[in-house]
Amino acid sequence: MTTTASKPQAPQHRRPARRGRTLRQQEERAGLTLISPTLIITLVVVVLPLLWAIMLAFQDARLINIRRVGVFGHYTLENFSYVMSEPGFWSSLVNTLVYTVAGTALSIALGLVTALALRDRFKGRTLVRASILIPYVAPVVAVAFLWETMLNPQYGIVNTWLSEPIAFLTQAKGEFLGVQVPVALLTVIAFEAWRYFPFAFLFILARLQALPAELDEAAVVDGATPTQRFRYVIMPQLWRIIALLSVLRFVFTFTKFDDVYLLTGGGAGTEVVSVRVYNFLTSRDDIGASAAQAIVLAVFLVVFLAVYLRFFAGGERSDQG
Amino acid sequence: MTRDRFERGLLRVLKPLVIAFLFLITAFPFFYMVMLSVRDIQELILDPGSLWPRAFTLDTYVDVLTRQGFLTFLRNSAVVAVASVAVTLLISIPGAYAVARLRFFGRRQVHFLFLAVYLFPAIVLAIPLFVLFTMIGLRGSLIGLILVYIAQTVPVTVYMLRNYFETVPQSVEEAAAIDGCTRLSTIWRVVLPLSKPALMATGLYAFMIAWNEFLFALLFLVDRRESWTVSLGLSQLAGSIEIPTTVLMAGSVVLTLPIVIVFFASERLLTEGLTAGAEKG
Repeated sequence: MTTTASKPQAPQHRRPARRGRTLRQQEERAGLTLISPTLIITLVVVVLPLLWAIMLAFQDARLINIRRVGVFGHYTLENFSYVMSEPGFWSSLVNTLVYTVAGTALSIALGLVTALALRDRFKGRTLVRASILIPYVAPVVAVAFLWETMLNPQYGIVNTWLSEPIAFLTQAKGEFLGVQVPVALLTVIAFEAWRYFPFAFLFILARLQALPAELDEAAVVDGATPTQRFRYVIMPQLWRIIALLSVLRFVFTFTKFDDVYLLTGGGAGTEVVSVRVYNFLTSRDDIGASAAQAIVLAVFLVVFLAVYLRFFAGGERSDQG
Repeated sequence: MTRDRFERGLLRVLKPLVIAFLFLITAFPFFYMVMLSVRDIQELILDPGSLWPRAFTLDTYVDVLTRQGFLTFLRNSAVVAVASVAVTLLISIPGAYAVARLRFFGRRQVHFLFLAVYLFPAIVLAIPLFVLFTMIGLRGSLIGLILVYIAQTVPVTVYMLRNYFETVPQSVEEAAAIDGCTRLSTIWRVVLPLSKPALMATGLYAFMIAWNEFLFALLFLVDRRESWTVSLGLSQLAGSIEIPTTVLMAGSVVLTLPIVIVFFASERLLTEGLTAGAEKG
């Protein structure tokens, strides 16, 4: 806004010229100086590595020969055809999508219920609220280890409550009420929902508390029941924040590595693409293929986001303020 | 009217149940964590269903802190977290001020860059950084890790701070300028004292990222045990069969407690900062 406005103003300033322009130039200088540390570190640690990752994806790079792989090295599409022809890749992509959509939806739904339940004051609300935030605040390594221990088939406390122990994290398929279910994948999704519903809760509660009370009161006077008020008064005002949350959670979960890696190591039918990227990088020492997978993952993320924004664009645009 | 009464009645019953359920699923695991950390492993094997230990012991904590080396890990984590917070603030305060107040070329494009970094997948970045740090020998050093954490947090903290700086009235700054303050001393003497809550929130955000982060710590430090952070240490030792689960639970408590204390000590500020930063980012 301000940068464009300065252009037509320039002729007017010509008369008291010198000082006006130098001040403006000083400001320009100061601005660039003050922002430069931020720009430099983002450039060096984020932007340049990203470009390099793209280059690596098109080269045959391993840690052993990395010094010989230069900017003008041999470019090839081999990594992409190699990783995409591996059957594990597509199943891991499906896993990633299922895990992301289910994890996102569940955490937001649970967050919404929580925000509605904790909206009004009650005795002990501060305590309950604090307790609800802990899964989100606590380090992922600690909570993943805690879940592993609680779900352990030998000494896990959850299994002592069940008539028959279930290997929640190491069993790919199991039967539940006669239906085949992917046990480990569901457990990982449950973990995701449990860990991130406080995040959704914080956002939705903040929005709920900012809603004007008059609308709700007017609806009460008009004889709307609680569910009607929720459906016609509260929800329409929450859609925007829920749409924004969906995007955020989707983006973060789609490329998430820690949670699945720590819980199952990618075994038992829970392998997501980011875990594959890590395995290619460290155990197989195939940097090129690893980078190619990461790029494919990022491209799919952008495609899914584009599709999403295309269909829900109306609610989204107004949030960009 | 009857439907209204029915729904109100139902909600009156359901609401406490929902709240109790939420409290249970969040509080119970952590209660269990603490209870498991203060008993002997024999007790867990013999009676896995018990919640209250028959004999309390703190030997697990002594074991995990000294023999398993968690004291060193704690020191590493503290160094990483404190350095990240300090440098993040040092870089993002002038950056945020520039974006909030000064007109310069590319000011509006900067926003896009920050948004991109905020949403950018860490796993893509992990590959080139892993290779680069291996090549220049930064792997195994905490400096490299700190550098990555700073780069990940600075864009978000610039956003959070910018939002706050914009609420500082410009007239106050102009008054300071008339009184002879330079730009930097205006920031130092006027803007920063007025922005304490935002600075706290920003610092805590950076602290949380640095203390909880796992992927980069795993990639950079795994070969050198003496520079492990607490998160990495726990994840690496969790796989071993020699270390009893109760001792590792003590390790989890050691890992979780500092961040929970820090969070609730300044919770209101942080949640405000988190939602403000995230909403804009």
